Amino acid sequence: MNEYNFAYLDEQTKRMIRRAILKGLAIPGYQVPFASREMPMPYGWGTGGVQVSAATLVPEDRMKVIDQGADDTTNAVSIRKFFERTAGVETTEETGRATLIQTRHRIPQAALTEDQILVYQVPIPEPLRFLEPRETETRKMHALEEYGLMHVKLYEDISQHGAIATAYAYPVKVEGRYVMDPSPIPKFDNPKMEMAAIQLFGAGREQRIYALPPWCEVVSLDFEDHPFEPSKAEHDCDLCGAGESYLDEVIVDDAGGRMFVCSDTDYCRGRRAAGHVGAQGVPFEEGAA
Amino acid sequence: MTPLLQVRDVAKFYGPRVGCRDVSFDLYPGEVMGIVGESGSGKSTLLGCLAGHLAPDAGEVIFDTAVDGPRDTLMMSEPERRMLGRTDWAFVHQHARDGLRMGVSAGGNVGERLMAVGARHYGEIRSSAIDWLGRVEIAEDRVDDRPTAFSGGMQQRLQIARNLVTGPRLVFMDEPTGGLDVSVQARLLDLLRGLVREMGLSAIIVTHDLAVVRLLADRLMVMKDGHVVETGLTDQVLDDPQHGYTQLLVSSVLQV
Repeated sequence: MNEYNFAYLDEQTKRMIRRAILKGLAIPGYQVPFASREMPMPYGWGTGGVQVSAATLVPEDRMKVIDQGADDTTNAVSIRKFFERTAGVETTEETGRATLIQTRHRIPQAALTEDQILVYQVPIPEPLRFLEPRETETRKMHALEEYGLMHVKLYEDISQHGAIATAYAYPVKVEGRYVMDPSPIPKFDNPKMEMAAIQLFGAGREQRIYALPPWCEVVSLDFEDHPFEPSKAEHDCDLCGAGESYLDEVIVDDAGGRMFVCSDTDYCRGRRAAGHVGAQGVPFEEGAA
Repeated sequence: MTPLLQVRDVAKFYGPRVGCRDVSFDLYPGEVMGIVGESGSGKSTLLGCLAGHLAPDAGEVIFDTAVDGPRDTLMMSEPERRMLGRTDWAFVHQHARDGLRMGVSAGGNVGERLMAVGARHYGEIRSSAIDWLGRVEIAEDRVDDRPTAFSGGMQQRLQIARNLVTGPRLVFMDEPTGGLDVSVQARLLDLLRGLVREMGLSAIIVTHDLAVVRLLADRLMVMKDGHVVETGLTDQVLDDPQHGYTQLLVSSVLQV
């Protein structure tokens, strides 16, 4: 055992955060203010997600942390280590085995189950922020359900680019009531938000928590003549050959060479272990990079 | 005929100071009412109270709503009043910047009110935005420009288009020609007069420019120190002022 309280935060703080989470679950999409704490990492590195995870974790949990879908990037590795050290919980990279998944900017490729919780790190929880800078006014707009302005943003997109160019943090309407920022996930992931798992959103710097209970209705905003379209690169994964997963484009040399790979590393590895090979891939070997 | 707006004993105090008090009048459909007075006479306060931007301390503002008939807007809930503010009412600010979103294109500015009342068809929103820009003499190819790229007069015309696109029945205007040079003023007034006649709008215009009310207003109300000192038909008040202050006001106009 170490000298930290379980999962770093003290019990009173965790109770405070749990109250905010319960309120958020009761009013899907509503931003609940909470007394965000200083965490031993800078704002913008997932302090909101970490606090929500800390308040949700129990010693029996098995935790997975991803950053842009990957388990092996700096942010994911350091948060995973943080909870290994302060909570002593088991961690995993396998989506199917995890009970609590903290994510930055992606929803795992594999469908989640009702036994799992997905925690998002949110930089800016207010979807109306860049349209109306006054927080007093945006709260009033949420309260009175005045969301015409959100469509002004989409209108501007179409008038400038000929199509809705918003590709991430695509605004959604929850249960026909609150307009919500889904955190900067690609709009490819938006349809997946109607899922079996509980989804919790934590914004540390902005001191807001919001939540989606399982199978909540989540509708991406659009126009009748410009309907919402989830988009991804027109390509298959070059490592595992998957045609339906969200892809990262990787520049591999200075001569314009590039490859597309699954952004969800666990999903890609799973497929390669099962024998799938992409256009530039090599057969899978256990332990190889 | 039912008055569109009935104002009864409206009063607004700023602490011990009087903003306006004992203001009562009826406004009938299609009528344009001018409110004139010097700076600090309470005309903008009164307009704010009528338009729901300020909460009066006493009185009634009864508006003949399209759905429920005459209702006291001060007793309405905030959502109802704000809904009125973007359907039956329009508010033209003195400074176009206060009434426009400067970071959003002209088309988006005009379309916002349509989207706020539920329009969700891009093509239709855009064509009615272009139609309205045409009506206020802004060229179609400026539809995607931001208001920051517009001259002061164009900004003001854009603000008017944005307000009238949802077909309001009552327009509040706070010094709509303030800060514009005289030739631009003249064209704007011409435009406003045309729109008011064409759409059968009722309007309440606050100004300190007597020429503006002479052109636009059917009736005139003169305010001084927070209360109304004289009312009547515009020509009657301007040509034969009775109250001492009105006489001073009319005689103070510079003759060219």
